[in-house]
Amino acid sequence: MIKAVMMMNTQGKPRLAKFYDFLPVEKQQELIRGVFSVLSSRPENVSNFLEIDSLFGPDSRLVYKHYATLYFVLVFDGSENELAMLDLIQVLVETLDKCFSNVCELDIVFNYSKMHTVLDEIVFGGQVLETRSDEIMKAVEEISKLEAASNSISLVPKSVSGWRGGR
Amino acid sequence: MEQLKTIGRELAMGSQGGFGQSKEFLDLVKSIGESRSKAEEDRIVLSEIDILKRKLLEPDVPKRKMKEYIIRLVYIEMLGHDASFGYIHAVKMTHDDNLLLKRTGYLAVTLFLDEDHDLIILIVNTIQKDLRSDNYLVVCAALNAVCRLINEETIPAVLPQVVDLLNHGKEAVRKKAIMALHRFHRKSPSSVSHLVSNFRRKLCDSDPGVMGATLCPLFDLISEDVASYKDLVSSFVGILKQVTERKLPKSYDYHQMPAPFIQIKLLKIMALLSSGDKSASDMMYMVLGDLFRKCDSSTNIGNAILYECIRCISCIIPSPKLLEDAAEAISKFLKSDSHNLKYMGIDGLGRLIKISSDIAEQHQLAVIDCLEDPDDTLKRKTFELLYKMTKSSNVEVIVDRMIDYMISINDNHYKTEIASRCVELAEQFAPSNQWFIQIMNKVFEHAGDLVNIKVAHNLMRLIAEGFGEDDDDADNKLRLSAVESYLQIISEPKLPSLFLQVISWVLGEYGTADGKYSASYISGKLCDVADAYSSDETVKGYAVSALMKIYAFEIASGRKVDVLPECQSLIEELLASHSTDLQQRAYELQALLALDARAVESILPLDASCEDIEVDKDLSFLNGYIQQAIESGAQPYVSERERSGGMFETTDYHSQDHHEVTSHALRFEAYELPKPSVPSQPSAALVPVPEPSYYSEPHQPISTSSSVSERESSEIKLRLDGVKQKWGRPSYQSSTSASSSTPPQAANGTSTHSDGGGVASSSSSKPRSSYESKKPEIDHEKQRLAASLFGGSSSSSRSDRKSSSGGHKPAKGTANKPLATVPKESPIPVPDLLDFDEPTGTSDVAATDPFKELEGLMESSRQDGGGSTDVMGLYSTDASAPVKTTTSVDSLLSELSDSSRGTYHQSQTTKGPNSKEALEKDALVRQMGVNPTSQNPTLFKDLLG
Repeated sequence: MIKAVMMMNTQGKPRLAKFYDFLPVEKQQELIRGVFSVLSSRPENVSNFLEIDSLFGPDSRLVYKHYATLYFVLVFDGSENELAMLDLIQVLVETLDKCFSNVCELDIVFNYSKMHTVLDEIVFGGQVLETRSDEIMKAVEEISKLEAASNSISLVPKSVSGWRGGR
Repeated sequence: MEQLKTIGRELAMGSQGGFGQSKEFLDLVKSIGESRSKAEEDRIVLSEIDILKRKLLEPDVPKRKMKEYIIRLVYIEMLGHDASFGYIHAVKMTHDDNLLLKRTGYLAVTLFLDEDHDLIILIVNTIQKDLRSDNYLVVCAALNAVCRLINEETIPAVLPQVVDLLNHGKEAVRKKAIMALHRFHRKSPSSVSHLVSNFRRKLCDSDPGVMGATLCPLFDLISEDVASYKDLVSSFVGILKQVTERKLPKSYDYHQMPAPFIQIKLLKIMALLSSGDKSASDMMYMVLGDLFRKCDSSTNIGNAILYECIRCISCIIPSPKLLEDAAEAISKFLKSDSHNLKYMGIDGLGRLIKISSDIAEQHQLAVIDCLEDPDDTLKRKTFELLYKMTKSSNVEVIVDRMIDYMISINDNHYKTEIASRCVELAEQFAPSNQWFIQIMNKVFEHAGDLVNIKVAHNLMRLIAEGFGEDDDDADNKLRLSAVESYLQIISEPKLPSLFLQVISWVLGEYGTADGKYSASYISGKLCDVADAYSSDETVKGYAVSALMKIYAFEIASGRKVDVLPECQSLIEELLASHSTDLQQRAYELQALLALDARAVESILPLDASCEDIEVDKDLSFLNGYIQQAIESGAQPYVSERERSGGMFETTDYHSQDHHEVTSHALRFEAYELPKPSVPSQPSAALVPVPEPSYYSEPHQPISTSSSVSERESSEIKLRLDGVKQKWGRPSYQSSTSASSSTPPQAANGTSTHSDGGGVASSSSSKPRSSYESKKPEIDHEKQRLAASLFGGSSSSSRSDRKSSSGGHKPAKGTANKPLATVPKESPIPVPDLLDFDEPTGTSDVAATDPFKELEGLMESSRQDGGGSTDVMGLYSTDASAPVKTTTSVDSLLSELSDSSRGTYHQSQTTKGPNSKEALEKDALVRQMGVNPTSQNPTLFKDLLG
């Protein structure tokens, strides 16, 4: 099971953090900081894997990938395959790339809720739900289409709040 | 940085329209991004919190604004600030009919709230309603929230709806419903136990994605209860077969692999199901063999599947052919340049050696390379492997290495782990007690505060009990050496408390036993300890008790005791100590000094720490006294139990029966004390070896091994009854293939003879000399290490280790060990020296593998070539080679050997300049054609340079 997905920049600022088991805010921060301090001390050209029992409890592994100014991090337990998790990051990044056409750190910061939408289509309750980035895109686009539609309606405040998606 | 800011601004403007976020939010994000310190960031966030608090309280906030506030709340909470003041607004937002707002609300509450939060009760109703919605997007949003927010008590409230959704028309909903049900199962298995059959049914869903999702809960269910899912083996094998034969829609392909994530899950499940089950394993041989042939080892995901196959093979009862395949895959991993693959290779090796111990021998040098790799993850993984393969022959090298590493790291968590592993290995395999004590000293010195206190007690017990046999002489030697080593260490600054306790105890018990050190010398040292660590009461207590013992032994042996002045002042200080324990010890010491020799001897007899002290719990020796007292009119004793019974049973004070009755209802007495652990088996859980025998180990090899052949001798001194042999038989097949075994004899040859001799004997062998010329020194060291790690027989490798730790001193090894073994082993060395170079030799070695590889490729292309064009896709780089260049075998070989080493890395990181031939270009183009934006490492570079 996947325990957490994190994105942080190379200065250690969290850009997105999702924990699949509830953790209090302070603990989340502690973990993000802990992960960052480990990652930033890693030399170049080493493996993308870390055993991270000290932060996440026994049998926790971490896979990360460093893209330009961002770290993409997945934390999971022994029931997942490290190399496959590395590819899951790849799936995520590919999808984001399609979403934002040449994604960059700022896309991620400014499109916070869309990021979560994408992520929720890939990982659901700690399990890998979908790995086809085309399918993920389709789902996300469908949502944003509806959102855009509903958004234009809700620009007229209050009176027209009774919109329902008819499907 | 400047550039980043401008880009940020541009982007902010650009996305403003598209995603409907306000200027304020973007400004917030930007100002936080530009803040230079944590304090500045905190200030910005705090003022933002103030603003939000105010705005949220305003009446009639437009909904669109509200949505934005909620997003801002989520954002500040991600930065680590408390946003709880706004939770209720997020909850309210989930009630909204507008999908956009509802989704935002759900997102916020899933991030904010814990499943036991009070506000959840306000959401459950909405979730129930939304699960019944006819807009599937609303349903999905609700399912998402279900996963996160529903706890054991609220599961029944939504369970019927979720179960209904298993048959929803949209596969996206079905998938999520399965996942939600899975989540319920994880949280509270009992609440959904009647529904698990649904998972089985959904395995046959028409949509492969839904089937794939079902594998997640099934994996959990099967790992809990293998037996009741045995019937599914054939279905899983069938599914996997269909997947590998590309029966799934093309859209499930990922990097040219058909549905790899499903394959991996299936392999994991099959590993569980077929573990130790011959008939189930049989069913899988075919499909596993296919996978090995079909997996594209040039892509990451292909290797992921290969690794999963290895893992699966290590669990099932494998066929020899599969083991071969797995070993080959591992050797590819280990030879790769990618650290990731090396990591997987080491991990796979660790799994496979359990079944087939000789696999590892081919890879000794690769393993040692990993041990010295700058990558910490890889290093740790390698230590894990070494830990798994430790046996009495290589324990010294391995533990030495571990300790060196332990000293070098700062991570306390891992330090603790590796320290405990050192201790465990030392306890299990220690070749001699001296060595054991040395190792313990090192562990205590460098990780003393991290090791379990039990370890200290074990060490003390070992020193006290010695070999457990009637060999007083050896025991005394052991104690003396312990005392000597402690006297050396004791003056070092800042020793861990636990270690000092051990030192004090041993010095007190045996410091003067040998007569080598005078009582005043030892007691002086002990006073120093108590002085230097005056804040540590436990150490002080140990020191005082040790002093007491020393004086007691002196008195008992009739010598006059003169208490050192510093000792006297210590006692006086402690007499007034705040700690009653220390005070008591000091008083006892003082009292003891005043007693005569006979009394002292019976109080503290010499070397009696192992004697059993019989405790008369009933205090029967007082019976006479009690009798007297009762006769003279005293009240008989009322036990505590009766008294406490009486307290509650005021009506019937004396009724024993009544008390019995109450004891059924409620027990007021304390629980039984835990059974004291039997002192003679402290590590019983870890070490199934009968203890006394392994302490005797060092004697046997020395006395017997000289004349007996390797194998016999190792069998004679096998004391590992019940311990699985982890690493190879001690005998070696003479090399069947070029890269087979690397016997330790060779190592002996090189390490016990002079270095020059070792090289000379192999001068005829080409690869060695060529390698030698490149980096002879390292090579030699490595060989030596390899030999000592991977060598089989304990008697020979012990001498190896001596020589390796002592640098290039062949004399040491030979002097220490019976010479007779060396000539015995000498016939074999020459071919073996060749083997040493094997794994690191470059082109020659690789050439052997590509041949096999080539064969495999030709075979598969012959098989599949007629039927479909998939082969091309499968072997994106490799497969194209045989097709085009079958005539020039040479170039093909180099291509292949290149690809086995380099392609993973290439395809992973660059699409860059193709200096290679058209073959590679062709393959890459194909890859790019399929996935235009995939694997784009310069993802952000366009924008951020």
